[in-house]
Amino acid sequence: MTADNIRKRGYITYEELKARGLLPPEERMLKGPVAIAECPEEIPCDVCVVTCPSRAISKKVIYELPRIDWNKCTGCGICVGACPGLAMFVIDMSKGDRAYITLPHEFLPVPREGDEVILLDRKGDRVGRGRVVRVFTYRRTYVVTVEVPRDLAMEVRAIWVEK
Amino acid sequence: MPRDRRIWKHPIIDFKRGRKVRFFFEGKVVEAYEGETVAAALYAIGIDVLTWSPKLRRPRGPFCMIGKCSSCLMKINGVPNVRTCIEPVSEGLVVERQREIPPIPETSENRQVHVEELDVDLVIVGGGPAGLIAAMEACKRGLDVVLIDESPRIGGQLVKQTHKFFGSHEWFSGHRGFEIAELLSKKLASFKNLRILTRTTAYGIFKDNVVGAACFGSTPGNYTIRFRTCIISTGASENYLVFPGNDLPGVIGAGGAQTLMNVFGVRPGERALVVGAGNVGLIVSYQLLQAGVKVLAVVELMDEIGGWFVHAAKIRRYGIPILTRHTVKEAWGCERVEGATVVAVDEKYEPISGSERDYEVDALLLAVGLTPDNRLLAQAGAKMVWLPSAGGFVPLRTVFQETTLRNIFVAGDSSGIEEATTAMVEGAIAAITAVESVRGISKEDEKYRKRLLKFLWGEYRASPVVRRAAEAKKKALIDPEKLEEVVRG
Repeated sequence: MTADNIRKRGYITYEELKARGLLPPEERMLKGPVAIAECPEEIPCDVCVVTCPSRAISKKVIYELPRIDWNKCTGCGICVGACPGLAMFVIDMSKGDRAYITLPHEFLPVPREGDEVILLDRKGDRVGRGRVVRVFTYRRTYVVTVEVPRDLAMEVRAIWVEK
Repeated sequence: MPRDRRIWKHPIIDFKRGRKVRFFFEGKVVEAYEGETVAAALYAIGIDVLTWSPKLRRPRGPFCMIGKCSSCLMKINGVPNVRTCIEPVSEGLVVERQREIPPIPETSENRQVHVEELDVDLVIVGGGPAGLIAAMEACKRGLDVVLIDESPRIGGQLVKQTHKFFGSHEWFSGHRGFEIAELLSKKLASFKNLRILTRTTAYGIFKDNVVGAACFGSTPGNYTIRFRTCIISTGASENYLVFPGNDLPGVIGAGGAQTLMNVFGVRPGERALVVGAGNVGLIVSYQLLQAGVKVLAVVELMDEIGGWFVHAAKIRRYGIPILTRHTVKEAWGCERVEGATVVAVDEKYEPISGSERDYEVDALLLAVGLTPDNRLLAQAGAKMVWLPSAGGFVPLRTVFQETTLRNIFVAGDSSGIEEATTAMVEGAIAAITAVESVRGISKEDEKYRKRLLKFLWGEYRASPVVRRAAEAKKKALIDPEKLEEVVRG
């Protein structure tokens, strides 16, 4: 096959992320919030590298894929708001049967803490409902943490707030 | 039917509308806000037909919204063929549709034309990312600079880019395009050695290093600008696509739609179909969603998405389908797009009959590439080369951005379609070389230019995701040593 699947579909799957080595090891996922860069192409960009307050993200040349030092990453979520590709997410699997996903959101209405929102997966399918537990803005991008059933932690990548 | 297409709440942009003004459209009084252009203001209140084509009298709506096409030509205060997309509204304007090729008016209502001769170190044509950076670098180094732009305000297409920029932190990565335009405009306002002529069109480069420029508007002017160096950074225009109904109002360039919704806060439609899944098509789809427009699909002729994966992922997760190997077959409607037929194509890109699907949409956005706007250079006799991967004809140039015309440089999309970061870097390189031509180059500048060249060719353009554009730019290069030979023919 000549064309890469992700370039045909416009989304990547969990298996593909794993196969490309873009996911943190499972032990790290269970420890607490950690960033994942769903950034599979070598884009010339240094935003996550220069923004990360823990200096956990690095690139040797500007177009390399970002490497995250999972031990240095605190899961603060700044990169989620900074990434121009809206490709950074923070996943927290350390809290029992619920998982917490921090994702970028740039639509109205603004999600508020406590809101129940629609959960969307990478291809836009509605996979359930979740509760917003935290919202902050970074350069006018809303960085939203949403509580989801644990089995959806690696599926949900967007929310939609009903008007 | 009066309606309000204005966006009053937006997640990213606070639209700053000026005071209300009233003007006449086809004899009726209509309202607008200061800061809007005539085409934007009319579209905002639901007027789809801005004018009629001169021969077949077909309805015409906005297309490019930046003064590069001829879709919005109207008569204003008796003057025909005014590009209403870049003509600001003002109290009491008399705006009329055209129905034929209009005669040239015999009286020009006694308008005084300001005539001025200027003599400068550097004239820059085009105030987008390349031109603004060039102006800044040249002004910092003390050159006398004139910057010309056709629009009412500088910034080029940065002003409608609401997404955060990739690239290097040394080149505003992480900032949204319109923020970069604001930052640079503010910076330029502090230079006393810079004169900015907005609403001004450079109409030719003449013998003995003279640019002719005409200023439109309430204080029309004609400028004869003698220059020591010149940078052409005139950008690009959007491509059309051939299909029945492609001229209906509501068929809008993707960039034109961005100008409407992100600069003027006017929704291009309610339900949209986007043609072309390059970065522009993907980004405009996301922005439509932000503006509250439903995007039914993005259709792409090729086997795969042309733009960057992350831009595609951004719209897929909100459920916008991207149909590869599909194209638009026709659009239909009466004085406005009411729908479009999409068809699948086979491996030879021929339509597969029976695969047609109809979409009810009132906006059909074309994101099918750009063509460099470098007519000034061609007119002046610069050696051009045909490079489809750069978007069409582009001027031969050295790595220092000098064309085959001595002391005339090119930067940004007018030198081949790429994007804003490279446009800015090219602008900087051109400006430093212009400084070198005027009065020699300092050690620091030589070092700086070397660093810029290394970043541009060795780092940024080394990325696989920009390879096509980078290779095209490489093909347009000419060895500075050989320049002399080429110039002499």
